Amino acid sequence: MSITADTVKHVANLARLDIPADEVEGYVEQLSQILGLMDQLNSLPTDGVEPMSHAVEMLMPAREDVVVNSDARDLLLACAPDTEDGHFRVPKIIE
Amino acid sequence: MPIDPHYETVIGLEVHSQLRTKSKIFCGCPNIFGAEANTQICPVCAGFPGVLPVMNREMVNMAIKTGLAINGTINNFSVFSRKNYFYPDSPTGYQISQYDLPIVEHGELFINPEGQSKKRVGVTRIHMEVDAGKSLHEGIVGASWVDLNRVGTPLLEIVSEPDMRSSEEAGAYLKKLRAILRFLEVCDGNMEEGSFRCDANVSVRHYGAEEFGTRTELKNLNSIRNVMRAIDYEVERQIDIIENGDTVVQETRLWDANNNSSRSMRSKEDAHDYRYFPEPDLPPLTIEQSHIDDIRARLPELPDDMAKRFQDEMGLSEYDAGVLTASKEMASYFEIANQVVTVAGKKNAKATANWVTVELLGRLNKNGLEIEESPVSATNMGKLVALIQSGDISGKIAKQVFGFMFDDGGDPEQIVKEKGLKQVTDSSAINSEVDQVLAAHPEQVEQYRGGKTQILGFLVGKVMQATRGKANPAMVNSLLKDKLG
Repeated sequence: MSITADTVKHVANLARLDIPADEVEGYVEQLSQILGLMDQLNSLPTDGVEPMSHAVEMLMPAREDVVVNSDARDLLLACAPDTEDGHFRVPKIIE
Repeated sequence: MPIDPHYETVIGLEVHSQLRTKSKIFCGCPNIFGAEANTQICPVCAGFPGVLPVMNREMVNMAIKTGLAINGTINNFSVFSRKNYFYPDSPTGYQISQYDLPIVEHGELFINPEGQSKKRVGVTRIHMEVDAGKSLHEGIVGASWVDLNRVGTPLLEIVSEPDMRSSEEAGAYLKKLRAILRFLEVCDGNMEEGSFRCDANVSVRHYGAEEFGTRTELKNLNSIRNVMRAIDYEVERQIDIIENGDTVVQETRLWDANNNSSRSMRSKEDAHDYRYFPEPDLPPLTIEQSHIDDIRARLPELPDDMAKRFQDEMGLSEYDAGVLTASKEMASYFEIANQVVTVAGKKNAKATANWVTVELLGRLNKNGLEIEESPVSATNMGKLVALIQSGDISGKIAKQVFGFMFDDGGDPEQIVKEKGLKQVTDSSAINSEVDQVLAAHPEQVEQYRGGKTQILGFLVGKVMQATRGKANPAMVNSLLKDKLG
């Protein structure tokens, strides 16, 4: 797959990144290089190799189903830029 | 509902069911419904930087249980994935879900649509994921509010194959799935409160066509009835479009139950570009086969097994067995009532089943009540059936007693005693009533003796009337025959 200016703008939009117009070309180049490296990896023979889904080889740790947290609303709300009546307050979401 | 006989409806359902764990999926916050806003949150579920999720063991067990109950394959190796999207009710900016390696695949369940024979519906997959929070808009000026209590509630997404062909089948599927989840005690199945939510994928095609038509996804369906209505509406809408020579657009539509119609969500094209990737904060989940076997060995009796037992051991019809195992509450009501009848030495499951499915359910439906709201307790229902079986009251009187029980509650034995409804089985008492009736109706007696034997029913009725229904009808019958013959 080749990266174009449109791809960069599309991905930036999905990630809510505001990329100045004069920097788009730079990202086209960098992302293309990264994909080029992937292509290089793709050329390696991987028959019989299990697909890797995690960088660390470990089993998933699990916890018992117990409640350990209690109400910390005021502390957590205090971290938000805007709150009202026990809620996080955000710009109006228009459906 | 066959809307147009030239078209075939194709339906697949996605169900999100909230699991009844004590704590949330990745943190130790309580998993409860209806608490005051934002009081059930911590840095993990509220998506603060630097936190790490830790899997709730019980959630995995519940997913395995559910997978086994629908005869699915439990994958010994499954992977969590990150589904990226921005919405204020998801504080992390992504949802932890499963994508290409879900915990369960290739399941099935058997549905019993009304008036149709049993049908198999495939379950493509079940995956584990985390629920989002809630945003509130109404009555808030110039802003929206966000309540994160629900973030982190463990969810199972259960995806069916496009195997259903009518809204009735879709309704039957949801009822069966909900019953299974309730029997397993993994989900309470409350659609209004959102613990059991359904999206429907609907398309139509000409009969005999190989390819599926373009499908739409219906959302905002908060009851089984609404799912069925929305499907019927959508099928008609799609057929109209095709008949007018237009093409159906693949889109998500919101059901509006108040107006009995749906509208397009007009979401942006890239709304479904979720850029899934393996969740870096959670290593893959491996499950030992022995653990799966252990859970399988401890599975409770499920609706289909129970229905089979009711048929094999109690001689109930397939239909009655299906009705009585439609929910855990229904099944346990019947089993308690039947136990009372059996203990009273009058074992008769068929009679008990009849009273529950016909009289009780009829009355409950009429009053818009669920079985768990029944004013007649299971024990008292059993006592009533036992009274009939022992001949203490006739079926007719029993209906009267049942009426009192339904309206005011109470123990049928006491009601029968207090109201003097016990059946008269004392033959001398009935004898005198019979004699009086015969004396009062010489004309009918003559007719009977002249060969018009069907007049017997009239005379039985008169005796029953005279005893206010308390005489044992069989005894009245035979006494009359003796005296007339």
